Amino acid sequence: MESTLESVNKAEEMADQIATQAGFDEDVRGGLTMAVREAMVNAVLHGNAYDPDKRVNLSFEQNGRELIITVGDEGKGLEPAEVPDPLAPENLMKQSGRGIFLIRAFMDEVRFRKLEPGTEITLIKRIPGTELDRQEAST
Amino acid sequence: MSMKASTRQVDGVTIVDLSGRITLGEGSVVLRDTIKDVLGKGDKKILLNLGDVSYIDSSGIGELVSAFTSVQRQGGDLKLLHLTKKVHDLLQITKLYTVFDVQEDEANAIKSFTK
Repeated sequence: MESTLESVNKAEEMADQIATQAGFDEDVRGGLTMAVREAMVNAVLHGNAYDPDKRVNLSFEQNGRELIITVGDEGKGLEPAEVPDPLAPENLMKQSGRGIFLIRAFMDEVRFRKLEPGTEITLIKRIPGTELDRQEAST
Repeated sequence: MSMKASTRQVDGVTIVDLSGRITLGEGSVVLRDTIKDVLGKGDKKILLNLGDVSYIDSSGIGELVSAFTSVQRQGGDLKLLHLTKKVHDLLQITKLYTVFDVQEDEANAIKSFTK
């Protein structure tokens, strides 16, 4: 996908359609699509910096138990441990820095992988009613 | 759906009625420009009506925070009105709910500015 806001909006629409097909309810879908949007914004804006020569790779995989979404950019790379905590009192009133926090809040699992160049983020949401989801609920 | 903003005056309070999505790009810019215009006119009591705002992303949250601090820096006051559940939950998650003065009734909100 191109490094544009149109790609961000398109990815959000795709996430909503796929999450609907996977059986997520409206509340979960809202969080999931927001997580995809934030991951795409990170890739387009912070990663590729709207560079028309750099692409964003988006993939959706549904294995019956989980919905797995991957967003990769070709930017300078992101070190997730270095992202400041947006809930810390000194950061609470900052204008930016909440994207990764929101992604983590809405997904069951979030992984980062360094690319050469760039960053790949994997977002995982367990599908309701599956064995994985039941195990999660009982712990 | 892109964001729309319109302003009206009630008892010295500028009410900004917002509708649509406050997201990176157009929505955030509309909000920023509207607050800038209102402050430029010298109006410092601002009530943001978010009743018809269907969606806010992290950029939109940042824009709300920025609007709040801009108004405060000029000695004014910015309050939020009619949060949808989605926006309410988002402000709770980000610990901003207690930072903003959130109002549920327009008439009471207007009165609260004069206290």
